[in-house]
Amino acid sequence: MSAPLVIIGTGQAGTTVAREFRKLDPSSPVILITSDDGRIYSKPLLSNALAMGKDADALAMMPAEQFAGQVDAQVHANTRVQSIDLQARTIRSDAGETTYRQLVLAVGANQIRIPTEGDANDDILTVNSLMDYAVFRERLTFGMHVTILGAGLIGSEFANDLLASRYQVSLIDPAPYPMSRFVPEEIGRDLQDALSGIGAIMHLGRTAKAAWHDNDGYRVELDDGESFSTNLILSAVGLKPGVDLAAAAGVKTNRGIVVDKFLRTSDPNLFAIGDCAEVEGLVLPFIMPIMHAGRALAKTLAGQETPLVYPAMPVTVKTPCLPLVSAPAVHGEQISWKPEAVDDGKKLAGYDEANLLRALTLTGGATKQAFAACRDIPYWLGPVS
Amino acid sequence: MDSVETNKTAGKWICRICGHIYDPAEGDPDSGIAPGTAFSEIPDTWYCPDCGVTKDDFEPFDD
Repeated sequence: MSAPLVIIGTGQAGTTVAREFRKLDPSSPVILITSDDGRIYSKPLLSNALAMGKDADALAMMPAEQFAGQVDAQVHANTRVQSIDLQARTIRSDAGETTYRQLVLAVGANQIRIPTEGDANDDILTVNSLMDYAVFRERLTFGMHVTILGAGLIGSEFANDLLASRYQVSLIDPAPYPMSRFVPEEIGRDLQDALSGIGAIMHLGRTAKAAWHDNDGYRVELDDGESFSTNLILSAVGLKPGVDLAAAAGVKTNRGIVVDKFLRTSDPNLFAIGDCAEVEGLVLPFIMPIMHAGRALAKTLAGQETPLVYPAMPVTVKTPCLPLVSAPAVHGEQISWKPEAVDDGKKLAGYDEANLLRALTLTGGATKQAFAACRDIPYWLGPVS
Repeated sequence: MDSVETNKTAGKWICRICGHIYDPAEGDPDSGIAPGTAFSEIPDTWYCPDCGVTKDDFEPFDD
């Protein structure tokens, strides 16, 4: 029997590759390996699960075995991969040695942890998986005060979900307004007002200097000396692609695992996709790019070399207090924002120095234009000319 | 605006999170949704076959 396609990771990227590959190749063996419990879930729902009245178990759509049956693959859950041998085409894991025909790294990213002073640094939670979310919900009791480090996309979404379910929230971010890396200041200020309007206490232009145990909770100290009591601290300051396994194997890594338009690393049989991958310089930890990449990669793995093409894509931010969709400028362009007239909400169009449309931010009713409006932005990647 | 109104019963819907398009002509047989089912007739327990979000994350889609 031929060696299997091996996929490390059962998140959105790994499961999409497995599903799409199976559509194209009904018989070749496929093995998925994950260090977590392997339950399949929808990651976007983690940040609005409270509003939906769902806990971690309710978010789990199916156990690993059921997914394995659906895609006719083996799934090794609770299995850590220690190393990859590119020459021998083998991986070493808790399950022993596995030979692969092709190997896909879909290992995701990790929440960046910025150490704070004080004795409670190790108690700061992060949420980047269903298992993380289960821990977070076990610690959360109704009405408690939650401090969120980082008012980016994830921090803002969690703040909105907690506030809408009548928890208390303090948000801390070094930038002067929320989602500063993603939206223009005008929209960031609108989001600040909207979050404040539902009860968020915003500490903007500030960082958390220290976290101390205090009675049955914590005391957070800011860099300006202010301090306050809180019951739970959640860190959402950003994602770091999981490059360690690839780097140790000797393939090229930068911000993420460096891959070409075929999602191929510097080794011809090793591929990377999703939050761990840097595709032609782009690290896009969002669902829609992963779906595009998963379909292209599945074709390549099935023998039909298919370059990845990224149209410009809208990212929906789950902040019901301010419906918000943004197509970011992904190539680091210097953007000038211009408002455009809309019936409901706001539309800001972002132009680069050559006056080409590169980014969009839409709020309120204008978010309904997002898919159509993105077609006016040049492709983020390809098509090959 | 007429086309949007028509869409609410008979047209395609798109997932705001992953871009999956629900086409009533095809339905979603893998989830037990027969071809010909309007989006509004899909049960609320249905989820996006590509990314797992719920019906609330879909909006009418014009080709």
